[in-house]
Amino acid sequence: MTTATLSPTTLSKAATFEAQAVKTSARRNRLLSLPALIIIGIFGVLPLIIICVYSFLVAAPYGGVQWQFSTDAYLNFLFQRDIFDDTLQFTPDFLIIYLRSFLFAVVTTVICLLLGFPTAYFMATRSPAQRNWWVLLITIPFWSNLLVRTLAIMFIIRDEGLINNALLALGVIDKPITMLYTNFAIQLGLLYAFLPFMVLPLYSSLEKLDFRLVEAAYDLYATRRQVLWRVIIPLSKPGIIAGCLLVFIPALGAYVTPLILGGGVHLMIGDLIAQQFGSGRNWPLGCAQALILMAAVLVALFFYVRNTSGKMQHG
Amino acid sequence: MPEQPGKNAIEVRGVRKVFGTGENQVAALDTVSVSIRENEFFTLLGPSGCGKTTLLRLIAGFDFPTAGEILLHGQDIAPLPPFKRPVNTVFQSYALFPHMTVAQNIGFGLEMLGRPKAEIEARVAQMLKLVKMEALKARRTSQISGGQQQRVALARALAPQPKVLLLDEPLSALDYKLRKEMQIELKRLQNETGITFIFVTHDQEEALTMSDRIAVMSAGKILQVGTPRDIYDRPAERFVADFIGETNFLPGTVVSKKPGVATVKFASSATISAGYPEGFDPTGEVTLVVRPEHADLVPDPAKGTIAGTLSNIVYFGTDTHYHVKLDGGENFIVRHQNSRSSPVTFATGAKVGIQFEEDAARVLKD
Repeated sequence: MTTATLSPTTLSKAATFEAQAVKTSARRNRLLSLPALIIIGIFGVLPLIIICVYSFLVAAPYGGVQWQFSTDAYLNFLFQRDIFDDTLQFTPDFLIIYLRSFLFAVVTTVICLLLGFPTAYFMATRSPAQRNWWVLLITIPFWSNLLVRTLAIMFIIRDEGLINNALLALGVIDKPITMLYTNFAIQLGLLYAFLPFMVLPLYSSLEKLDFRLVEAAYDLYATRRQVLWRVIIPLSKPGIIAGCLLVFIPALGAYVTPLILGGGVHLMIGDLIAQQFGSGRNWPLGCAQALILMAAVLVALFFYVRNTSGKMQHG
Repeated sequence: MPEQPGKNAIEVRGVRKVFGTGENQVAALDTVSVSIRENEFFTLLGPSGCGKTTLLRLIAGFDFPTAGEILLHGQDIAPLPPFKRPVNTVFQSYALFPHMTVAQNIGFGLEMLGRPKAEIEARVAQMLKLVKMEALKARRTSQISGGQQQRVALARALAPQPKVLLLDEPLSALDYKLRKEMQIELKRLQNETGITFIFVTHDQEEALTMSDRIAVMSAGKILQVGTPRDIYDRPAERFVADFIGETNFLPGTVVSKKPGVATVKFASSATISAGYPEGFDPTGEVTLVVRPEHADLVPDPAKGTIAGTLSNIVYFGTDTHYHVKLDGGENFIVRHQNSRSSPVTFATGAKVGIQFEEDAARVLKD
């Protein structure tokens, strides 16, 4: 058998090669991120800049913008210019829609969490083969369009819909309960649309949970309720945070659901903004409203994340 | 020895545990009865799948028996959930809470029992001292080594002062040296706390060195309960003799018997008289077991209890193993402890005799 001898020069050459390889791979990794960066630039940053610029312009009479600087769009958010004496008057109409949308989004998030947690827990405690089936079942709604599914809800809850017909036939009620085009309808639609976005991150968090820790807690005299609050919930916090964000943010900007189930009477932010680009023909106002929404979400997110991460440290 | 019911910490009476349903039914425990005394270091020993962990989980309350009773100081605890049993467990995986510090882990049980804060703090400090972990009390459990996690798991289980401590192969994840250290540590903790320990292991050496009494289990049954010496010197079944230590098995036929002693004839037509376990009636085909270190090699084949040809000599440093091919064709190993003055040397191929006392051999069911 021969032994390969490594001279100092070979070793230093090897070191140079390695350093080069590290550098090349770093460069290659940066190259790999390029497609994502291009997409984010063209479809994320650029539109945002356009929105930002448009929000400081003046609306053209038939849609579009006139290239003239103005802060009217932001002023119009809270105030209305009197037609006669040109003074600003406080009008909370938009603010009310914003607050109502926040309320809808918060209620949606809370109810989704309350419904989603037991569901996810149930899924995570099945056998691995069964779990995959449950995940598949949860994702089935994604196979069809949200618009179609929302229309289906409409058929279920309208005055001559499934529920009312059934209750009438059973003699429980003698005239249909109005559900469609109410706040209830919007809330129901939002819950239906966003529940899977809560269940899936919760499930992925609970699935990773070491259930031997649950046994250990039971062994150490924790009751079922204490096990839930002291072990399961703290350990599934990442899933809870992710689920809440994934439900709250899109629920806040929901468009299709309130449009169809609210009948255009009960507006949410999404519909309000859409209106400015449609019948309202006030693009700068629409842009300003979109940016105000974004700012509000960022502020809410900041406080939410700061609070939850603080609690996690104190655990 | 007659059992005194008042002195038993745990009494398992006719416990069966069946997993699965219909055709997939598996009896993990098949009508097991055993009494574990107060302040005893009791070990459940057996290969994996023998039911030892199932029995431990039934005592802890993680599973419930299909049939039978489990008494703790005379009271049936079998239907109680784990959080209502004054019994704590040290888990094989330690199962420390990753979102809590070392001190919070140790105090968890007392906190759940609703003890006052001052008492919890005092007890946690005492436990930290007992397992020598004071310096690391504010650490997260992910920031300490395996051996330290093991100590925290012990402290956490001991903190609520359970009547019985259950240990599910707690040392199996540690390396050899640390394991030896923890074995001594565990014995010390048991002496200091006076708590009954029920220890589950598949490591026979661990069981022999640590236990007051051992229950050897196989296929959902307890085969023998006794002190390490009983189990080693007087195995009740072939499986026990085989599982614990090394043993020579010689198949033979019973030719005559007196109370407690049977005479067995072998293939070479040599006969040996030896004792047999209580409750076994030796007739027909049986097995004679002899521990390798209980036999001696003699140069004159005629002087031995049984004769053969030396086929191999294996040197182990402390011992030498002599492999002997008996005249009847069976293999027999004699272990000889090496000393500075080994009087006789043997050469392979030599005709030798194997000598052992009557009480060194034992007649067991084939």
